[in-house]
Amino acid sequence: MTDAEIIAVEVIGIEQVTPLIKHFTLAPLAGGSLPAFSGGSHIIVVMRGASRVHRNPYSLLSAPHELGSYEIGVRRMEESRGGSHFMHDAVRLGSRLEIAHPVNLFGLDKIARKHVLIAGGIGITPFLAHLEDLNYGTVPYELHYSVRSPEHAAFIERLRRRAGDRLRVYHDSEAQAIDVEALLMMQPLGTHVYVCGPAGMIKHVIATAKSAGWPDSHIHWEQFSAPPVGEAFDAFLARSNVTVHVPPDRSLLESIEAAGVEVPYLCRGGVCGFCRTRVVEVDGELIHNDHFLSDADRSQGRSIMPCVSRARCRSLVLDL
Amino acid sequence: MSAAFKPHETFRDDFTFRNSPEAIRRFPLPFPEDDYMYSVNIEPHLPGPPGSVTEFAFDVDEHYIAECREREIVLAAEPLRFQALPHMMSAQWDCLELIMESLARDYPGHFSLSRRGNQWHWINRPLDIEQRFTFGDAATLPRQPLDYVARQAQGDFVLMDQRDGDLWTEAGMVTTQADWSLDFDMGMTFKEWHGPVPLAHELQVFDRALKFLLNLRLGKPVRRLNWTMTVNPRLDTSPENYPAWGKDRASVTAQNAGDRVHLRVELQGLWRLPRSNAVVFGIRCYLLSMRELATVPKWARRVHRVLKNLHPALVDYKGLARYRDAVVEWLAPFDDGTPTTSGCAPE
Repeated sequence: MTDAEIIAVEVIGIEQVTPLIKHFTLAPLAGGSLPAFSGGSHIIVVMRGASRVHRNPYSLLSAPHELGSYEIGVRRMEESRGGSHFMHDAVRLGSRLEIAHPVNLFGLDKIARKHVLIAGGIGITPFLAHLEDLNYGTVPYELHYSVRSPEHAAFIERLRRRAGDRLRVYHDSEAQAIDVEALLMMQPLGTHVYVCGPAGMIKHVIATAKSAGWPDSHIHWEQFSAPPVGEAFDAFLARSNVTVHVPPDRSLLESIEAAGVEVPYLCRGGVCGFCRTRVVEVDGELIHNDHFLSDADRSQGRSIMPCVSRARCRSLVLDL
Repeated sequence: MSAAFKPHETFRDDFTFRNSPEAIRRFPLPFPEDDYMYSVNIEPHLPGPPGSVTEFAFDVDEHYIAECREREIVLAAEPLRFQALPHMMSAQWDCLELIMESLARDYPGHFSLSRRGNQWHWINRPLDIEQRFTFGDAATLPRQPLDYVARQAQGDFVLMDQRDGDLWTEAGMVTTQADWSLDFDMGMTFKEWHGPVPLAHELQVFDRALKFLLNLRLGKPVRRLNWTMTVNPRLDTSPENYPAWGKDRASVTAQNAGDRVHLRVELQGLWRLPRSNAVVFGIRCYLLSMRELATVPKWARRVHRVLKNLHPALVDYKGLARYRDAVVEWLAPFDDGTPTTSGCAPE
C-alpha cells in the first residue's frame, strides 16, 4: 500500500466513550459508499500533522454491511508518539483525514463450530464488527470483555444489544478476571479462540490454550504494536543511495517515507509481514518489535520489519 | 470487444469454433521470449489497451454466447461441476457482485444492474435474461449465487476461503478446465491443489504465490497467464471425460496439426472479496489453432521455438508428449530463423 491508494474522509462523529477512548465516525468526502469489508478488518488512518505525518492502524468497529461510514475507536496512549494524541486533540467534527482500504488480518474462522472471543480494553473494537456477522449465522459464540472499571467499558451498550447474554464483562476494579484456564478447558471440539488486548493478556491466552492442547490453527490474536520509542540511529538505503536519520520518536518506516522512498505496507503494526526489508549489513544489534519474523529469521539477522523495529548500531544498510 | 457474437459455434462434436481475424490479433500469447519456464508471473490486473483481453476486469468476446451454451451442456450432464460448501455463501454473493458490477460497468450495451439497497435488478441482453432478486437472500435466485452468475460468464471460477495461513478450494464452477477436477480438489489447500505441477514446487513457486495471495488486497486484483495445448477446440477437457477426448491426442499428424492442435491460454485473475475475505480465482480459457496462430509470423516462429525446446517434464505434464513433435514439424516451415522482437505483441 502506498499513499496513492487512499480514500479522503471527513469526521462526522466524535464521542468520548470512556476517559481514554474516543469513538470516531468517518464518511467519504466524495459521498456514496466506502468499500465493503469483513469483520476483523483494520484501516490505516493517515494524519497530516503540522510537523509530521502519522499512519496508525485502527480496527473497524462498525457493521460490515453499513458502508455510508466507518467507525473506529482510538485509545489515548500514554507513551504516544503522537498518533493517538493527534486523533484525541487535533481532530474535530469536520476534520479531513485519509484512510487506506480495509485489510483483514483477524477474520473469524468460517468452519469453526464455536467462537470464544476475549477482549481487553480497546481490544474490543474488532469484535464489535465480528458480532454483526456472528448474529447472522448459527455458530454459537461467547464474548469475554475485561476492562479496568465500569467507566472504562467502552461500547458497552452496543455490545449488550448485539451480544445479549453471550457477553460477560470483567472489572479489574472489582477484582474480576477472566479465568482463561477454566474457559479454555471446557470448550467443545472445533472451538476457536480469538484474543485482542494488551500484550500480557494475549500472551497468557496463547500460552494457556497451548498448554491445554489447543492446536495453533484454533488460536487467533491481533495486536498492533505502536512503534516503540528508542535510541536514534541512521540507516543507509543502498538502492536509493540515501542515508536516513531515525530519531527516537519516529519509526524506521516513517523515516524512510519522509526521505521519499516508498516501502509497501499493510498493517504498520508488525503483524502482516508486508514491509519486510532485507538487511544488507548491520554493525550493531537489530531490535525486533514485530510479531511476524520467526526466531530463525531473527537469529539470521537478514530481515527487519521497519514499521515497528529499530536498531542500536553504528551502521545499518538496507536493500531499499 | 464489440465484435458480433457467434452463438452457434460449438466446442464438441463438429467443433465449429473459429477465431475471427480480430480475435486472433487480441489473443493473449503467453510467451514474451523464445523459450519458456515457470515463474511467479503475477502482475496487477490493471486495464490493458482498448480492445485487448485485459481492457476490462472480465473479457466478453465473440464467443460469449456459445461458451455459455457449452457450459449449460456440461452442467446438464454433470451437475457437480458446480459445488460450494455451506460456509462459502457470503463468498458466492461477493463473487456475484464482482461479476455483475464489472459486466454492467464495462459492457453497458449488453448488461445492466440497478441496485436499490438489497433489491437488485439484473439484465443480460445477449442471453435474454432478466432477474430481480434480494442480494443476500439465496431463495430469491433460481440457483445459488455463484451457479447463477457463472452460467452468464466466460471462464471458470474457484472461491478460496482464507484461514489458518492457507487458501482452501471450497466453491467453484469449473467446466472449461485443462484436465483438472473441482470435484477432486474440493477442500484442498493451495499447495495440495497444485500438487501435480512438476518442477514448480522445487522452485518454491507455490510458497511465494501463496504468501503473495494471502496478502491480496481489496481493489487490487492480480492476473497471470498459463498455457497448455488441446486437440480440437474443446473447452471441457476434464479428467471425468478423459475417455471422450484423451484419444484425440493420438489423431494428430504433421499434416493435420495446423487445424487440430490449439494453443490453450488461461487468463487467470485473482480478486480479494470484501465481505467474506475469500479470494476468487478466475480462469478464462482462450483457444487458438496453429493455423490461426500462423497468420501472425512472429507468433509462429516463437511458438515453434518454445515447443521445440520445452523442458521434458513440462511436455509430459501438459500432456503434449504424443503430438509435440508433429506440431513442431507443422510449424517448422514458418520459422526461417529470423529473430523475434521481445514481448508478446504480434510484431
